[in-house]
Amino acid sequence: MNVDVSLIDWSRAQFALTAMYHWIFVPLTLGLGVIMAIMESLYYKTGKDKWKRTAKFWMKLFGVNFAIGVATGIILEFEFGTNWSNYSWFVGDIFGAPLAIEGIIAFFMEATFIAVMFFGWKKVSKGFHLASTWLTVFGATISALWILIANAWMQYPVGMEFNPDTMRNEMNDFWALVLSPVALNKFFHTVISSWLVGSAFVVGISSWFLIKKREKEFALDSVKIATIVGTIGILLSIYSGDESGHQVAQKQPMKLAAMEGLYDGGHSVGLVGIGILNPQKEANDNKETFLFDVKIPQLLSFLANRDFNSYVPGINDIINGYTADNTTEISVAEKMNKGKQAIAALSDYSKARKAKDTLAAAEAKERLDANYKYFGYGYFKSPEEVVPNVPLVFYSFRVMVILAGYFLILFIIVWLFNHKKRFENMTWLQWVCLLSIPLAYITSQAGWIVAEVGRQPWTIQDILPVSAAVSDISAGSVKTTFFIFLFLLTALFIAELSIMIKQIKLGPGAEDNSHE
Amino acid sequence: MDYAFFQHYWWFLVSLLAALLVFLLFVQGGQSLIYQLGKKESELRLLIDSLGKKWELTFTTLVTFGGAFFASFPLFYSTSFGGAYWVWILLLLTFVIQGVSFEYIFKQGNLYGQKTFKVFLFLNGLLAPIVIGTAVSTFFYGAEFIVNKDNLTGVMPIISQWQNSWHGLEALQVFDNVALGLAVFFLARCLACLYFINNINEENINTKAHKHLTINAVAFLLFFLYYIIRLLFKEGWRQDAVSGIISIEPYLYWHNLLQMPVVLVILLLGVVGVLYGFIRTYLCPKFRKGIWFAGIGTVLTVLAVLLLAGFNNTAYYPSLVDTQSSLTIANSSSSLFTLKAMSIVSLFIPFVLAYIWYVWRKMDKK
Repeated sequence: MNVDVSLIDWSRAQFALTAMYHWIFVPLTLGLGVIMAIMESLYYKTGKDKWKRTAKFWMKLFGVNFAIGVATGIILEFEFGTNWSNYSWFVGDIFGAPLAIEGIIAFFMEATFIAVMFFGWKKVSKGFHLASTWLTVFGATISALWILIANAWMQYPVGMEFNPDTMRNEMNDFWALVLSPVALNKFFHTVISSWLVGSAFVVGISSWFLIKKREKEFALDSVKIATIVGTIGILLSIYSGDESGHQVAQKQPMKLAAMEGLYDGGHSVGLVGIGILNPQKEANDNKETFLFDVKIPQLLSFLANRDFNSYVPGINDIINGYTADNTTEISVAEKMNKGKQAIAALSDYSKARKAKDTLAAAEAKERLDANYKYFGYGYFKSPEEVVPNVPLVFYSFRVMVILAGYFLILFIIVWLFNHKKRFENMTWLQWVCLLSIPLAYITSQAGWIVAEVGRQPWTIQDILPVSAAVSDISAGSVKTTFFIFLFLLTALFIAELSIMIKQIKLGPGAEDNSHE
Repeated sequence: MDYAFFQHYWWFLVSLLAALLVFLLFVQGGQSLIYQLGKKESELRLLIDSLGKKWELTFTTLVTFGGAFFASFPLFYSTSFGGAYWVWILLLLTFVIQGVSFEYIFKQGNLYGQKTFKVFLFLNGLLAPIVIGTAVSTFFYGAEFIVNKDNLTGVMPIISQWQNSWHGLEALQVFDNVALGLAVFFLARCLACLYFINNINEENINTKAHKHLTINAVAFLLFFLYYIIRLLFKEGWRQDAVSGIISIEPYLYWHNLLQMPVVLVILLLGVVGVLYGFIRTYLCPKFRKGIWFAGIGTVLTVLAVLLLAGFNNTAYYPSLVDTQSSLTIANSSSSLFTLKAMSIVSLFIPFVLAYIWYVWRKMDKK
């Protein structure tokens, strides 16, 4: 294949850059949205003005964050076409539908009701306003649903078949796509884990007010709601994360192997709690994988297959092929061979159709169907190409898990001390909460790095590698736009931070005339 | 209801979304007028506050239009977005800077100052309508690309390949393309004037909006009439319904208009609506509902123009280097299954429009 490698790398880098910037803002929208909606619900229920004031303050920050989230989101939609045009054709029949539905159902809901939320305090009833706030949050959440359905489908393609006449994959079961276990789990895990970010943000900022001896009641009320939301969010995320790991083990074993730094699999495999990977380690060499590691015996086998003694394949096993627990997986070299046969069969089919040779077309179709499962492997030059960046996935996974555990403990401790009315005097803990805000973002980003770097080199698992998904543009063009986006998004992010900090300093007592 | 029905249905929906988008570009038109209409701080504030309540509708319509086009005609998305790279990136950048500007411009802590975001809004207001209009014009004037699905099985597996290094910017070298871009730009400014007249109760702004409506309406009509007349007399690319062969046909769009009288009626109604909105507002200074007439007229006109581009076996994205690579709604659409599934979802659209109308009616009540 003659696609410029630097084009592929710059295209990936640009998508990663823009997606990571977008993901700075989305989890706060999802998490903070729920918290402020609960606060407004309390205002509606109790009629106490303090809840209205509290909700309005967080809404102000929500607005600052939401605007840049919207602005960065549109980039991704465009990039599927501008940078991944072959992908857009090859799977657009399936992937495009969730994007369109997201626009029709979710975006208009957000765009309409957020206007009521900001501008409607004096124009609509309390009930209508509350409904609008919840509908804004609901709109953001179902927007996440549709994009995560699309993302999950890329990791576990279902509800489709390849049509050799149109030379693309076509949807044949909409509900298989929507109700895919990977999609549902990904949705719950992503949305609910975003509550962690929202909660950490609210707890951290509220702590700042306490450190500054300002707005005590507002801060403590906010801490109360946020710690409860955050704790529930993390507990549910642990449950959905466990299911996520199980799904990955079944559908993307290479990703799981990378997450665990597992080169040589086996039965009763332990989970690496902490470890330092040997930077010299490559697939199929004899070097030690870890310089240091602490394993929890048999746990990986259990998490992967719900059986402490089950077999978990490692990177080398997947590359070389293996037989275990009545399952035989052929080697990547054999898959590449079958993939090349599928590609050749598709070429033969196309020629036969043009020549109106129905017999030859039928024979080619049969070969294609027999080998299509490995179609994407046909684009590789060496088996090692199927291995993602192991250190990045391995460490990101641990960062995510360890920090999520840290926040669970932090939220519970803060809730307890707040409940006992001692938090307001614990300046050291308030500082811990404030300084923990960036850690929440790191947790969230690390989760996405595991999901997206771990599934490399595939855009569509087993069907389309990134190398065959790019657009026909020069690497120089993509490099240029990469730096344009880097500069622009960084500048806008700094602007957002500056406004956010100023709004926080002004506090809930300040009049916000920008939304009146 | 067969495959062709759903292909036409989705071309209609995509065209309708595009038409609504052009109407909603009054936000961009307003942004391009902020230096002229908002010379005083208080006026600027009124203008931006007024537009700031509507910008998300335009933005959302653009995103939905993109998503719907991707889902229903993925070969266009693949060919045009990947090929005309710089045009789409330019459009994208202008919308990214717009997205934050309304929220940040008057906020305390605005690090870059009001002027920066004012420039951002102006740039989006200036460039977005021109780029959109120019890009849409390539639906009639074509672009230089080749689509070869057999590439999937070759050493360079990318099916859509652009045939020049300008990657879309070459469209700006064709005056007719730019003429449509300018027509859309001046139309957006006219609609913005009508919107301000309707939405802002301030005499000075009202007077200036009337003045600018006149100037921009004349400019719009010049470019629009030039474009439409040229379009009706130019050749087009048509696909033979039986053989699938695409060939060039003189006066194709004129023929389309005559062969699709409903589209002709829509076009005429649209143009009348736009003109009525302009003229009545010009003649009656107290008349404030011009935006609705011109807005609906805009939607109908753009809808008709886009139906001319895609219906009646017309190639809506002609290839200037390989006629058979030209895209039609038949050869570029999603599968029947996907179009059907999305058609069910599209039944939500009236409900969405209804709640948008209900909410804004409530919000705009004085």
